[in-house]
Amino acid sequence: MSKNTEKEPLFSAKNLRLLTDPLNEKNPVTVLVLGICSALAVTVQLKPAVVMALSVIVVTAFANLIVSMMRNGIPGRIRIIVQLVVVAALVILVDEILKAYVYDVSKQLSVFVGLIITNCIIMGRIEAFALGNKPFPSFLDGIGNGLGYGLILVIVAFFRELFGSGTIWGYRVIPESFYMANGGFYENNGLMILPPMALILVGVIIWVQRSRNRNLIESN
Amino acid sequence: MKQSNLYIFVYASVMVVVVAAVLALASTSLRPAQQKNIDTEKRLDILKSVGAAAEVASAPSKDVYVSDEYKKVIVDQYAVNVKGEKVDGVDVFRLDLKVELSKPADQRALPVYVANLSDGSTKYILPIRGRGLWGPIWGYISLNDDFNTIYGATFAHKGETPGLGAEISTPKFQNQFKGKTIFKDGKFVSVSVIKPGSAPLTSHSVDAISGGTITSKGLEEMLLDCLSGYQAFFTNQKN
Repeated sequence: MSKNTEKEPLFSAKNLRLLTDPLNEKNPVTVLVLGICSALAVTVQLKPAVVMALSVIVVTAFANLIVSMMRNGIPGRIRIIVQLVVVAALVILVDEILKAYVYDVSKQLSVFVGLIITNCIIMGRIEAFALGNKPFPSFLDGIGNGLGYGLILVIVAFFRELFGSGTIWGYRVIPESFYMANGGFYENNGLMILPPMALILVGVIIWVQRSRNRNLIESN
Repeated sequence: MKQSNLYIFVYASVMVVVVAAVLALASTSLRPAQQKNIDTEKRLDILKSVGAAAEVASAPSKDVYVSDEYKKVIVDQYAVNVKGEKVDGVDVFRLDLKVELSKPADQRALPVYVANLSDGSTKYILPIRGRGLWGPIWGYISLNDDFNTIYGATFAHKGETPGLGAEISTPKFQNQFKGKTIFKDGKFVSVSVIKPGSAPLTSHSVDAISGGTITSKGLEEMLLDCLSGYQAFFTNQKN
């Protein structure tokens, strides 16, 4: 009997919520406000943002999976170090693979791939979820949180690239002839290129999200 | 749940060994692909300093296009010492400028790439390397065969501030160097990077980047340091 209750379908409603919750109500960036540092750094253009998001999804998912599989063996007293080693090893793997296959992007991301190690989302999910749950839900939770992070990154990068450089994914959207330099009336917004604008955009996203979802507003 | 110290030690040791093995394996197996990318990038930078390889963005395979162009344009490469003599037995393309520049001046071997352009002219491409605000900056300067006039320049950087110091890698900044001369009345003066408007531009100076002062100064120092090592080579070649 007890064996039966443990068996639930792979994609039960509960497991699916692990994937979808972080996209909105439990978003790691806008609700938990984790992983902000890298959100500032890699969102000047869309392409590095997408690659960064994919890298974080891979790392959170597999870090959660591996730590969850090891969770009964990890000595409590060195658990943080063990988690860090798992995360660091995964990040180095991602970095090496990027360098080998998408060199241009890896050049742009430069130090930020290494900084995935310190991305608070990953350690946060390992501590909060993977240590106390089975491998498969942990894996889904990792993917979900990576997606939630990536979603915000892509939204921010879209606006920063559009208004900061007049391009999307490197393709010109605002015609050259509009620019002041060519006798037009338009000028790129230089502030969009600089990191503070990412923070302002994240702030705007949080604002929009909270005004649409009243549950997120703290009662005081 | 409290484990014995022995368990913790064994656990940590085994984990470290396993992780080290996995990473070593990945690093070794991906090395050739990574090296290929680095080489392509370097070839492309060299070609760009003489305005070659312009269609790289539309080329179906970047690696193939760049290496074909490189074979076509770069006809010779060698290293020279401080006396301007060719140094034998060095792999010019693999020469690490960072290592060379940290040696005393008389032990350095500095690379020279010789390019033959489609209009029949010969250009000499010299690598340069220095420090910006946040990290290394580097580039390639190509000279006409009078060893005085700059034909083209490319600069790259590791992590200068976007919109400020990072502007050194834009064509707008790099094009300023075209036609500048590095000798004044037979004396080596390099090219200085000066605050826009502070003095009239001469054939030995270009405008700095507003807001990118430290990067601009670093670039000026890099030009002076690296090009001065070639002085004897220039003199030998002119005679």
